[in-house]
Amino acid sequence: MTDAGSLSDVSPVPRLEESLTVQTERAMTEPPAGDVVMTLRDVAVAFGGRTAVRDVSFDVCAGEATALIGPSGSGKTTLLRALNRMHDAERSAKVTGTIRLGDLDVYGPDTDPTLLRSRVGMVFQRPNPFPTMSIYDNAVAGLRFNGVRKKALLDEAAESALVAAALWDSVKDRLKAHGSTLSGGEQQRLCIARALAVEPEVLLMDEPTSALDPIATKRIEELVGELKDRVTIVIVTHNMQQAMRVSDRCAFLLMGEDKAGELIEFGPTAQLFSEPSDPRTLDYVNGRFG
Amino acid sequence: MTSVLEVPVDPIVERRRAVQAAATASLGRRKLGSRVALGVCWLFLVIAVIPLVALVFYVTAKGLPAWNAEFFTHSTTPEGVPGGGVWNAIVGTAVITVVATAVAVPLGLLCGLFLAESDGRTADALRFTADVMTGIPSITVGIFGYIAIVRNFGYSGFAGAFAVGFIMLPVIIRAGETAFRGVPRSLNEAAMALGARRATIARKVVVPTALPGVITGALLAIARGLGETAPLLLTIFGNQYLQWNPTKPMAALPTLIYSYSSQPYADLVQVAWGAALLLMAVVLVLSIGSRLLAAYLRKERR
Repeated sequence: MTDAGSLSDVSPVPRLEESLTVQTERAMTEPPAGDVVMTLRDVAVAFGGRTAVRDVSFDVCAGEATALIGPSGSGKTTLLRALNRMHDAERSAKVTGTIRLGDLDVYGPDTDPTLLRSRVGMVFQRPNPFPTMSIYDNAVAGLRFNGVRKKALLDEAAESALVAAALWDSVKDRLKAHGSTLSGGEQQRLCIARALAVEPEVLLMDEPTSALDPIATKRIEELVGELKDRVTIVIVTHNMQQAMRVSDRCAFLLMGEDKAGELIEFGPTAQLFSEPSDPRTLDYVNGRFG
Repeated sequence: MTSVLEVPVDPIVERRRAVQAAATASLGRRKLGSRVALGVCWLFLVIAVIPLVALVFYVTAKGLPAWNAEFFTHSTTPEGVPGGGVWNAIVGTAVITVVATAVAVPLGLLCGLFLAESDGRTADALRFTADVMTGIPSITVGIFGYIAIVRNFGYSGFAGAFAVGFIMLPVIIRAGETAFRGVPRSLNEAAMALGARRATIARKVVVPTALPGVITGALLAIARGLGETAPLLLTIFGNQYLQWNPTKPMAALPTLIYSYSSQPYADLVQVAWGAALLLMAVVLVLSIGSRLLAAYLRKERR
């Protein structure tokens, strides 16, 4: 399912041998950690003819957190939103290049965007629980949108997702309360639970802690680590320390001469931060600009 | 093939399969539902648009034959007298609209600015008054103009402008308030933090930022005032001759259409159709023009 031969020149994707020892059913039926779940080839996004980001090629590996870093204007969020076709709603937006989720061509003519988004979930900058729904209804909203009616399945998914989002203990006795009664950090964890309940294969996080205080931020960062074996994570962050703490691989984007963001470097986080191959990456991670 | 004994069933994988199965199974039904809903929206849109399109075509077909050079340059002639146009009514409508606009737009925008910038009892009362004014039937405004102005000073263009301005005022107030409220609070605060006084903030920050919306609102209010008939019926009296002086009785396009269309003479009815087309064209140009202008101004900003 991955044509590794043609990829090797763009990005080194080493298989993590130890991950193959995890012999659950998941490890057999799905790519083990280290395998590629999403591939991006020459991806570019333009709005009304103006290119916002271009020349992006890398692979997202299963069971890992991939961080998109770079200064503002480098197209991190634009790129992230291309991965689950959020730009479909913007008429002037045009995505070119190839994005694949496993065998699925994300922008293929036969690909249904709603089915795709049930496999590639998203968490946004600001917590956005549905204000008219209870905590429980928020948690199972995605399932209901996708036509799941069975109460048992809804209950089970809600509990599992809320537990995974480290929210279950504090809300299990007030599932009928409104989401707005929660604190900002709890609301964001509810949004993570809401995304997890659909059991997506990939979870996109767009600066999920930018509206939160340091303590709530820490909990979300811990969550990212805990969730990795359940869902592959792609996270946008403008905080380099956060990228170092939570991610396994990093994509560094930078705004080029023509105001369009482009991929400068992609690699294992440790390597990108300690011995990057591009001098611009070195300058950025050392805080000389951005 | 890997052989592993006692493979624990992963509940997450199982649930993922169940969710995907449900989503795929219901996809057809959901797609159909959204297509039906979209179809219903289109149907109602077409139903709503048909009368508009029919009206535009019908008025154009009926009115265009009346248009010639004389129609726009000569005053009305009595029935049976060939030639003649609606120049006196064009002048009357233009003068009345200009006078009404000159009073109602500045007043209305200042009220709108006040409503947007202050929250208090006075603002609430003013807002309520504007809402009530919007709901007043236009013939009532005409009667008010008749009692307040005509009974004291006689029929005049000013009396008509007063009544039309009365119709335009609440429209401008609400449009202005909406536009001024659209200015982000953060800009206000930024100016405040620099030591600007409220009047300065309004003049240098709020008004320029809201300008596209303000212009659109004002032009739409003018378009609204142009076509008002009832307030004019009881205030301007009408005039067969060219009259530029708004202190005298004047002709106007809406009242001309109203009186000529019910005449038994074919030539006067024809003039009424021509005037209706002219009025419609001006209102259409104003509405479309205001949108284009606002879009242009917004683009300039970026």
